[in-house]
Amino acid sequence: MSATTGPVVRGTVPTARRRSWHLGDALIPVLAALAFIYLLVPIVYTVAFSFNDAGKSNLVWRGFTWKNWQNPCGAPQVCEAFRNSLSVGVVATLIATVIGTLLALALARFAFRGRPAVNLLVFLPMSTPEVVLGAALLAQFLSLRVQLGFWTVVAAHVMFCISFVVVTVKARVAGLDPALEEAAADLYASPFQAFWRVTFPLLLPGIAAAALLSFSLSFDDFIITNFNSGSFTTFPKFVYVSATRGIPPQANVIGSFMFVAALAIVLVAQLVSHARGKRRAG
Amino acid sequence: MPEVTTPALELMSVTKSFGSFLAVDDLDLTIPAGSFFALLGPSGCGKTTTLRMVAGLEQPTSGTVCIGGRDVTGDRAHRRPVNTVFQSYALFPHLTIADNVAFGLRRRRQHDVDAKVKEALDLVELGHLGERKPTQLSGGQAQRVALARAIVNRPELLLLDEPLGALDLKLRRQMQLELKRIQTEVGLTFVHVTHDQEEAMTMADTVAVMNKGKIEQMGPPEELYSRPHTAFVANFLGQSNLAPGQVVGREGDLLLVTVGGATVKVPVDRAVATTGSVLVGVRPEKIGLLIEGQEPSPNHNVVGPGIVTDVSFTGVSTQYQVEVEHLGTFGVFSQNLLGGATVTLGTKVRLAWSQEFTFGLDGDQDAAEGAADLDAEP
Amino acid sequence: MSLLAGLGAGGGGPAPKERARGAGHRWLLAPGLVYLTVFFIVPVGALLATSLYVPVPGGELGQYQPALHWQNYVDALSQFWPQLVRSFVFAAIATLACLAIGYPMAYVIAVRARGRSLLQGLLLVLVIAPFFTSFILRTIAWKQILADEGPVVAALRFVHLLPPDGRLTATAFAVVCGLTYNFLPFMVLPVYASLERLDPRMLEAGADLYASPVTTFRTVTWPLSLPGVVGGTLLVFIPAAGDYVNSSLLGNNTNTAMIGQVIDARFFKVLDYPTASALSVVLMAAILLLVAGYVRRAGTEDLL
Repeated sequence: MSATTGPVVRGTVPTARRRSWHLGDALIPVLAALAFIYLLVPIVYTVAFSFNDAGKSNLVWRGFTWKNWQNPCGAPQVCEAFRNSLSVGVVATLIATVIGTLLALALARFAFRGRPAVNLLVFLPMSTPEVVLGAALLAQFLSLRVQLGFWTVVAAHVMFCISFVVVTVKARVAGLDPALEEAAADLYASPFQAFWRVTFPLLLPGIAAAALLSFSLSFDDFIITNFNSGSFTTFPKFVYVSATRGIPPQANVIGSFMFVAALAIVLVAQLVSHARGKRRAG
Repeated sequence: MPEVTTPALELMSVTKSFGSFLAVDDLDLTIPAGSFFALLGPSGCGKTTTLRMVAGLEQPTSGTVCIGGRDVTGDRAHRRPVNTVFQSYALFPHLTIADNVAFGLRRRRQHDVDAKVKEALDLVELGHLGERKPTQLSGGQAQRVALARAIVNRPELLLLDEPLGALDLKLRRQMQLELKRIQTEVGLTFVHVTHDQEEAMTMADTVAVMNKGKIEQMGPPEELYSRPHTAFVANFLGQSNLAPGQVVGREGDLLLVTVGGATVKVPVDRAVATTGSVLVGVRPEKIGLLIEGQEPSPNHNVVGPGIVTDVSFTGVSTQYQVEVEHLGTFGVFSQNLLGGATVTLGTKVRLAWSQEFTFGLDGDQDAAEGAADLDAEP
Repeated sequence: MSLLAGLGAGGGGPAPKERARGAGHRWLLAPGLVYLTVFFIVPVGALLATSLYVPVPGGELGQYQPALHWQNYVDALSQFWPQLVRSFVFAAIATLACLAIGYPMAYVIAVRARGRSLLQGLLLVLVIAPFFTSFILRTIAWKQILADEGPVVAALRFVHLLPPDGRLTATAFAVVCGLTYNFLPFMVLPVYASLERLDPRMLEAGADLYASPVTTFRTVTWPLSLPGVVGGTLLVFIPAAGDYVNSSLLGNNTNTAMIGQVIDARFFKVLDYPTASALSVVLMAAILLLVAGYVRRAGTEDLL
């Protein structure tokens, strides 16, 4: 770095420069550490209170117990809501990933008239507040007299997930060397074979990331769901509704479980790719 | 010729325009089977577009493409008996080297895929790397895998798009010889696109110099070098000294041309234009410097005097710049047979060269066209 | 992790070259266009229409008929402009706070932890994983941590940073904190994605050309991370402006109410669909105008 190898001139300027480096060196990680603590405090709280021997409400610490974890479905409706969220998440993710990937391919690979308009159409749902999206869909469902429930929630989730899938996959497609598809065609692959044998495998990590993102958005969504679910209950809705009478500790169990599961899945994936990278380098 | 063989590639009046930009302009080209053909030109001259039209990656706006005597103009890339070595190599990053090489064979459901892959990898001396992924290869190795992946399919035409552009100079030299060896060994027709004139001349039997969507001149490298037909070819292929002059007469097989104050003689069969204004050309290494008191040998053209304005020593030779009044700057390369520079900066010299090395071009063109330009793209 | 690069919302990349052959793209476009038309364009149209409806004369509560009653907008705005303005103010403060907190996080993950892929991975997971604990659950956790009888209030009262009867929940401060907290990952991820692409040699070049670390940051790092910052501010500001979970859980319903809360209440409690729709339309239009102006000023239109 310049501070050590740099100027021939000895004196105040280089010294000052060196000192400010050290200050920044220490300051930024400290700020970041504080920010991480801020991010994790409520999660620690949530996890801790999943072990609370709660009576009627889970507001005050009453002692440690395993029983909430042993019987996570103990509270009425909590597991049903959780199952609902999982099925909505899976179905919406599947649909949104397929539709969004196709759109992303069209946008990234083809120059056609109206492409800017399609880009705008994809961007708009992302730049519309959830409350507006929810209200708009509800206005439509009401006027068409559609029965609110599982499928209206799925329809709404697919709608806002598509945009995120498009953005994620499009970035991946744009990062792909177009010569690869040409090389496939040059090596006697039909357009379908070129897609299936070359493009798709290379896009897969991006598509998987988009699916993961979709699922997490869908699973965590409350506002749009609240507008379009009728009496159908998802996990976030369950927590919101029961907040007034006190959230059962089983909800904390499920929240903590999802956090740990997500952490574990991503960390295992990281470790695997890390190990693979090492093997390759060796 | 005892028999007429079908040419490997025939382009007939091929034109390609992108919007209002004419990339390839009414191109006719015939490449005999088994040859190593180079398409040489600066970037943007249309050579890569031509290659892509042959590969089927680009559709000509008009004209016909025939490969092995068959009209393939309407066929898409995967239906053409052509393989390409891409500039970026375009190795499939998710497949092993062996699977990359096997890709084309598998698409065409060939037999003995493994044996053919091994043979191709052995040919490029990478037989031991079949199980690696492309990211684990060096640039030179990746280049050779790309070559093996194309060659293994025994295409009627092998297209090489600036295949050595990404390699460093030393590796490039080595690969030039290697490519030539492989071409001789497998006997395929190679079409090689490059902007590097040295590369084209080293490897190809026939070089076509392309400029602004047209072929300026085509022929064996020696012929192109010694008898360029345009200022562009004279400047792009090696370096040339071009001086404007007027044809004033004829003396047997020689044209008399006044250049500056002097009269030089140009063999008629080496002149494109034989009347009016012409450009008289000579290669820098053909010129000798005459210092005060030295007389030229007979049958030599002489211009000058001029002043030596630059002397640079390059090892095998010394390069001089000589400023001649009314004619501009001449470059002179002189072999260092006896040591270093024989003339110092500021010396007054005359320039002399044998008449037989003189060539004459049409005077109606820019003498600097195709010359190296610092501001131009490489 | 391209998940994050994707969230960078930029990632547009260069426009594709003219390589469209035939009508292949139509089959790729069709499902998405149909879907977004049916479930986005038409509903927004329905919202626009509903915003002009009038009650059925003599009808029950919640019954409306089509009309072009522009007065709905005037009524809605004159009644609820404070909540609308408050939403934008809260969202703006939360966005700035997210930037202040999130930038150092992203910088540490992308630049300081570079080359240590395991540490980088762990920190990224810590940013993403909270998504999976329901954000309602986390907001409620804040509510209880900051509750009057909770430890934080007790501590602040003890050191006299808070008067004896002072409280943290049910204040504007709590609402903004909640917004900042909930949308922080949306700032960190795009900024991370653009900092991650930063070539460290550029920082060395900056230092080599006599720039102090601060100057290097100001003249090299910050401008190069701008696409991420723009993406992040949009991803935070937009949902924050429309949010009502934080204001209803952490606020006091009188001087912390945000527009989302009003829309929700108009829809579900009062069954006043026209007013709720009119407010939604105003909110959407205002945000789109702000976003368009902001994106233009930031000079990153290719972001879209």
